Amino acid sequence: MKAETIVDVQDVWFSFNGQLVLRQATLTVPRGDFLVVIGPNGGGKTTLLKLMLGLLKPNRGTVRIFGQPPEQAAHRCGYVPQNVYINKTFPVSVLDVVLMGRLRSGKGWSYHARQDRIAAEKALEKMKMWTHRERRIGDLSGGQLQRVFIARALVSNPEILFLDEAMAGIDTQSRGEFYDILKELNRTVTIVAVSHDMMILSSHVKSVACINRELFHHDSGEITQEMMDFAYHCPVDLVAHGIPHRVLSRHEHEKER
Amino acid sequence: MWEALQLEFMQNALTAGILISVVCGIIGTLVVVNRIVFLAGGIAHAAYGGIGLAYFMGWPYLTGTVGFSLFSAGVMAAVTLKAKHRVDAMVGVIWAVGMAVGIILLDLTPGYNVDLMSFLFGSILAVPRSDLWQMAVMGVVVFVVVVYYYNDFLAMSYDDEFARLRNVPVTFLYCLLLGMIAVAVVMIIRVVGLILVIALLTIPPFIAEKFTRSLRTMMIASSILSCMFTVTGLFLSYALNLTSGATIILVAAAGFFISALWEIFKHRQPTYPSV
Repeated sequence: MKAETIVDVQDVWFSFNGQLVLRQATLTVPRGDFLVVIGPNGGGKTTLLKLMLGLLKPNRGTVRIFGQPPEQAAHRCGYVPQNVYINKTFPVSVLDVVLMGRLRSGKGWSYHARQDRIAAEKALEKMKMWTHRERRIGDLSGGQLQRVFIARALVSNPEILFLDEAMAGIDTQSRGEFYDILKELNRTVTIVAVSHDMMILSSHVKSVACINRELFHHDSGEITQEMMDFAYHCPVDLVAHGIPHRVLSRHEHEKER
Repeated sequence: MWEALQLEFMQNALTAGILISVVCGIIGTLVVVNRIVFLAGGIAHAAYGGIGLAYFMGWPYLTGTVGFSLFSAGVMAAVTLKAKHRVDAMVGVIWAVGMAVGIILLDLTPGYNVDLMSFLFGSILAVPRSDLWQMAVMGVVVFVVVVYYYNDFLAMSYDDEFARLRNVPVTFLYCLLLGMIAVAVVMIIRVVGLILVIALLTIPPFIAEKFTRSLRTMMIASSILSCMFTVTGLFLSYALNLTSGATIILVAAAGFFISALWEIFKHRQPTYPSV
């Protein structure tokens, strides 16, 4: 039996300030998938993610999450934004940031129920940040911030997690550990991650899409030369089982010499 | 010094100062963390247009100024939501035009010579009882609104995009915030003047932001700092026979510099071995 489709992007076009950012993008994500969308900076990765979350509206085409318009499915989605460094001087503790993920607006006076605090504790413990709960958000390192933002995304028990450049703040040593966390999460949660950095591709990834204004979706975790050429418009060496460990951008004119 | 407390105008001034401190502590915190100090300054200056309008049309002060300020706040909110990168220029336009309209309308008002200086620095020593009641009511309304929407304001101020995903009515809250600024500023200007409003909206929250770990404590700390500055300033102005509004601002400025020096000192203290 085929897995239920969670994300359904059909023929989506999007332009910003008269610039075409996304052209005829079509993509489906089944339940349990671990999709990585790679592409160069400015290729439309973040735009695609924001379209899927309903933060942007497509000029043409449709986006459905769980068969609904994105804004109606928002409570079933978790989102880790690209810029975790926003508002570094903001007076807010780690625990309060995570509790934002439990907000239920329009339900009367502001308070957090006991189950919200329990969920926040669980999410922070999962990300090994519970001991830091009282610290000010600005005092954390990039990697710790990333963990807090993932905890904020997980605290509402989402069925799908969207990660924008999740590796940005994480140093090379912690990456292995981070992959393990994602792999563990992927047992219950569908993951869609975008990155300009092909380091994110690991054996845990189940499918890959390349994006550079147009979208190229590949159903397996492998990446082909064809996709790379398409996305980066220059040859990139692929090493070991189609998963690049290094990206060597050798351009045509260099080879000729 | 304590005999000053026996004087009714001094009691009124102190009560007004404390009420204003609480309102400015709450609203100023939201203004500073949302980085809309310039916008708040624009609303405050554009209120001049409202003052002129009220005198010219013969309306009560509050009707003219609150109406005019809400209108200019509405324009600013619309610009922020539609073209965020144009906000600062637009605020500058409204700022200048509002003041000019106010002055021209006062020129055109026959037989009326209002001292605009009193709206710059205010006259906290001449606050009537009735104004105290108006401010108390406004203070209670601001307090209730902020407590009710506390979590939503926090989420919007910290990360408005994420707040939208959690179905927080960000647009509504933003307009509500500008509306509260407009009403509060207009009521406070009359008492302590334009310049003191801006000082109390920015200086205490800016100091408090450095040592607090939540918006709630930042609001409380700002209100307390504001009270300290106002009370100290009032007594100094009484003792030294200086203009009260300006004295309060300079006391606040002294507090600000002390906190800035302390910050520099604190960051120098721990010397880590260089790697």
